[in-house]
Amino acid sequence: MSIDRSIPTAEALAEESYLRRVHPSDWRNPVPKASYDLVILGGGPCGLAAAATAVGMGRSVALVERNRIGGNSLNVGSVPSKAIVRSGGAMAAVRDGAEYGLARIDDPVADFEAVMARMRGIRTRIAEYHSVERLQSCGIDVFFGAGRFVGKKTLLVDTQPLRFKKALIATGARPRPSDIPGLEQVGYLTSTTIFDLLRLPKRLAIIGGGPLGCEMAQALARMGAQVTILQNEPKFLPHEERDAAELLSRALSRDGVETRLNTTVVGARLQGGEKWVDTVSNGVKFSLAADQIMLSVGRVPNIEDLGLEAAAIDFGAAQGIHVDDYLRTSNANVYSAGDVCMQHKFTNVAQASAQIAVLNAFRLKRRRQSHLLIPWCTYCDPQVAHIGLHVRQARRRAIAVRSVTIMMQDVDRAITDGQDEGFVKIHVRRGSDEILGASIVAAQAGEMINELSVIMSAGIGMRQLAGILHTYPAQSDAIRLAAVAFMRG
Amino acid sequence: MCELRLSGRLPALLALSDEALLERLQHAAFGYFNAYANEINGLIADTSRPGSPCSIAVVGFALSCYPVAVRRGWLSREGAAARTAKTLDFFWQSANNDQADATGYQGFYYHFLDMHDGRRVWQCELSLIDTALLLAGMLTAACFFDGDGERERHIRARADALYRRVDWRWAQNAGETLAQGWKPECGFLHYGWEGYNEATILYVLGIGSPTFSLPAEIFAAWTFTYQWENLLGRDVLYSGPLFTHLFSHAWIDFRGIRDAFMREANSDYFENTKSAIAIQREYAARNPRGFAGYGRELWGITAGDGPGQEDMQANCRDRRFFGYMSRGVPYGPDDGTIAPWAMAATLPFDADAALCGTRRLLGAYPQVLSEERFASGFNPTLRTSAGEWLSAGCYGLDQGLLVMMIENQRSGLIWNLTRGCAAVRLGLRRAGFAGGWLRDVD
Repeated sequence: MSIDRSIPTAEALAEESYLRRVHPSDWRNPVPKASYDLVILGGGPCGLAAAATAVGMGRSVALVERNRIGGNSLNVGSVPSKAIVRSGGAMAAVRDGAEYGLARIDDPVADFEAVMARMRGIRTRIAEYHSVERLQSCGIDVFFGAGRFVGKKTLLVDTQPLRFKKALIATGARPRPSDIPGLEQVGYLTSTTIFDLLRLPKRLAIIGGGPLGCEMAQALARMGAQVTILQNEPKFLPHEERDAAELLSRALSRDGVETRLNTTVVGARLQGGEKWVDTVSNGVKFSLAADQIMLSVGRVPNIEDLGLEAAAIDFGAAQGIHVDDYLRTSNANVYSAGDVCMQHKFTNVAQASAQIAVLNAFRLKRRRQSHLLIPWCTYCDPQVAHIGLHVRQARRRAIAVRSVTIMMQDVDRAITDGQDEGFVKIHVRRGSDEILGASIVAAQAGEMINELSVIMSAGIGMRQLAGILHTYPAQSDAIRLAAVAFMRG
Repeated sequence: MCELRLSGRLPALLALSDEALLERLQHAAFGYFNAYANEINGLIADTSRPGSPCSIAVVGFALSCYPVAVRRGWLSREGAAARTAKTLDFFWQSANNDQADATGYQGFYYHFLDMHDGRRVWQCELSLIDTALLLAGMLTAACFFDGDGERERHIRARADALYRRVDWRWAQNAGETLAQGWKPECGFLHYGWEGYNEATILYVLGIGSPTFSLPAEIFAAWTFTYQWENLLGRDVLYSGPLFTHLFSHAWIDFRGIRDAFMREANSDYFENTKSAIAIQREYAARNPRGFAGYGRELWGITAGDGPGQEDMQANCRDRRFFGYMSRGVPYGPDDGTIAPWAMAATLPFDADAALCGTRRLLGAYPQVLSEERFASGFNPTLRTSAGEWLSAGCYGLDQGLLVMMIENQRSGLIWNLTRGCAAVRLGLRRAGFAGGWLRDVD
């Protein structure tokens, strides 16, 4: 039977639909209004949240995006990575099925093309909620193109001037480029380009042991890739607690990920048709051959070509746009939010800071970014989540801390689920029941940490928490059990 | 005496009274330092395995155990003094410079040395903690050999000179806390040595130095990394591996003396080790991974030898086993390997638990003793053709710790000696310790 190639495949149609939602190929920018209440540079989660907030306040809004609506998070960040992580989880479930009574399958095989197609399908579906069409229908003028300031109250999109009363810079961040000798020439993937992979690399070297590097390492290893993480630190996830990072390290090892800590990559080269990464660890040299190299060593703010000087906006290469606690820049009419100016480069922070910036810009409220209570999570298996203060941070502020820990291996539902690795650890101000922060390592830590977010935002202490009913059995009951342990003293 | 019903063959040892049992185990452990020493330079092998290099920490334990041997009548005072002087002379005369194969540098020493010429092996690190354990042994010996004879005066002078030449400030490397080591190939090592661990004695000796002392604030900076946790229902200054709650305590009597952190917590480091033992026992009783043998009377999860890369399917659980590793509770790693010596080494903190556990272990698994000396690791979950997995030979660190801890329980000898050590007293005081016996000395 011959295939009629003139008929688009379902996936091609989905991809076309995706592009139509995030950046239509036939797009024409609208004729701009004489002036906008708010012009937003950047159409990622931060820009979208700002636009929704401002429109909700009855303000006129123009949104300028260079590339695709949805920013990194939708297109090359949280959404696609979590889709791939889920496929990796499914592979692990099949592999470990015998533990739950399934007939043993010794070598489950991943269909990587199908994994990536699923990821793209999910991205298309979620793109609908942020589509250009939907933005237009809300009254937001969308401009595709490179926006840059030409004055304190004007910017250009390509050659089209947009005047504003207030502006918000929400241009986000991008993967930190390589400064490793030879790596540019050899070629490498980043947290952005890894989603363009067509085939599962047989051998993947990941430089950097941060959240995304760990997530991709575990997911791709579960699909059959031979993954090595090269980390220039003594542990993974440098911002997490030692026990959490070590637990994750063992989990990665169990999934076949080779980890090399305290290892500095000093160069990359092509030799014999192969990519080689040269490393040094404690004075010992080691070279590693790989089919693909992924660089995952943090993100840098997108501040280039924005005409910041013309608008008298202060900035720095590392910190990005300089803002005060109210997210105002050195130009009183320009605010900034999200990855381009915030230390925590997370989607939820971008969205929350956008709302703060807009409310402050139109002087409805005076909100401080430093008051944000930020939960975050690394979506490995087990997941590693945190909120609030770490013990070390508290002690440096002369706050005495008592941490209460419940091991997931002692939680009924975690045992029945076969997901009993990890812990819930709640940090409490000594001499009181005030919750200062919490770390969770668990299969569903990303969900569980949100309970702590609500509890802490509501000012609920350990005494009250101990009496709050949870369903039984539930993994999140570990949070209540921690409060019960606290009460027992 | 701990009464336990034991099934199967009862080793003759178990028929002994507690005191007699301890004497036998302690004497056998001390025998390691006779069997695996280089009589010419005083160096002691890391393990009993053929070709083992010297571990400087094991030498530190040996120097502390010679006084015990004298007190117990296993060595003459003259013989012990001769061994001690030989060891101190070796370190004083050894190459302490920036050459990659020297014995040490800046007054510190490489972790592992060639047993014969004393030079660095395995491209190992210049180890701060292992140097501290070595110095602790030297200073203990200096306190014990307090006679007027030429040799004993020589021992005191040598130990003092060796301690004085350690450049602790160089080792600080302008850091807030100490790194774990240094290598000529790459400089200081940064292993992220956070949280409470066995390093108290390192900080105390560094801060107490009369020549290049660490600033007192470094101890407070280290305690910033501590975590006071409620684990398995009990409050503890957390550290997972059991040995971290024992090593500094082998030399220093922490009963009743408190630093700022422990004053705030209304505890002390001795009580904390008792809590850590209770948590070990509770963890073993809960036995979440279903390991064979574990129970409230069989525990001891710490650093030591392990089975290595063996995999096993048992009770529908994929088991993975580790080699030599620092195991801990409750966060792990834990592969079912216990250190057979560990329970006995906790004798001064919880004698009942230590004795009951040791007797239970010896009753159920008498093979953990060879020549009445404990193996480093034992894993009853992993069954091989030769039976449950057992580490080959034994390790000097384990034997030395056991000798010292049993003696501290029996007579308090080591603790009494170091109470009289000016460096220990000064270091403790500068680090903020007060109260208890520190109030009563000087």
